Amino acid sequence: MENLSYLVLSLAAAFCAYRAMISKHLLPSTLYLACVSAIVSISLYMLGAFEVAVIELSVGAGLVTVLLVYTLSVVGDDTYDPTSIIPKPFAILLIAAIAVLAGWMAYPVVIHPTANGEVLLADVLWKHRVLDVWVQVALIFSGVMGVLGLLSEKHQQPKEQDESQVLEKEETIAAHAKQEIHV
Amino acid sequence: MTLSPLNILLFGVVLLLAVGFYGLLITRNLIKIVLVLQILVKAAMLALVLAGKASGNLGLGQSVAATVIVADTIVAVVALALAVQVRRRTGTLDVAKISTLRG
Repeated sequence: MENLSYLVLSLAAAFCAYRAMISKHLLPSTLYLACVSAIVSISLYMLGAFEVAVIELSVGAGLVTVLLVYTLSVVGDDTYDPTSIIPKPFAILLIAAIAVLAGWMAYPVVIHPTANGEVLLADVLWKHRVLDVWVQVALIFSGVMGVLGLLSEKHQQPKEQDESQVLEKEETIAAHAKQEIHV
Repeated sequence: MTLSPLNILLFGVVLLLAVGFYGLLITRNLIKIVLVLQILVKAAMLALVLAGKASGNLGLGQSVAATVIVADTIVAVVALALAVQVRRRTGTLDVAKISTLRG
């Protein structure tokens, strides 16, 4: 039964990923990506990685989906151009070779019994991998600052309008002065 | 020979990796490239947790997977912001059309 559920989850994730990739429009692709995220979260939960499953579900299926939809609302849903740069048969051949090699190197997965018992995530995260936590903090900070810098729009039009108004006023004053001189 | 659940999940990870790599090779839309990168990173994260489970150190696998999630999200956010700027400046998201460094 467990084998069947893992098989169904794997096939469903691969199907949703494929649909996300070949979809003509970007909004259905985004929704399929959210489905992939949810399926991966279920797989993680079944593996016993409860904390990461929750993070993946909230960030992968929630935050990233919202970001993608916001981006699509800003730039518009472009029709996807199916013509690829490299020939598709060559890409399929290359990917098949990579997949066979990866599977051959990783198969079979053998479970090693734990010597010291199960180690909690909090212990690993806060005692053994403290550097990772600091890197995550720095990444989040730099990401927020980078996005603020990239999405900020410089409002230069009011300045240009002010300059044009000043020029018009100067021209009218000069015209009045010329008329007075002629008079 | 019966397959264990972890081996079946490994099959799913390889499938996801293959789909992600294929999409990365044939995609020309900037936003879709970000989307395909997300698929690739999900496969890698699943593989990390799978390795942690198999080696009997699930906590370490989860810790590295959490770091991968954070880094991947930041990459997606910055890449999407860059895509918005590219669209505003060039009017297109096609990577073949926006490449100006041609020899």
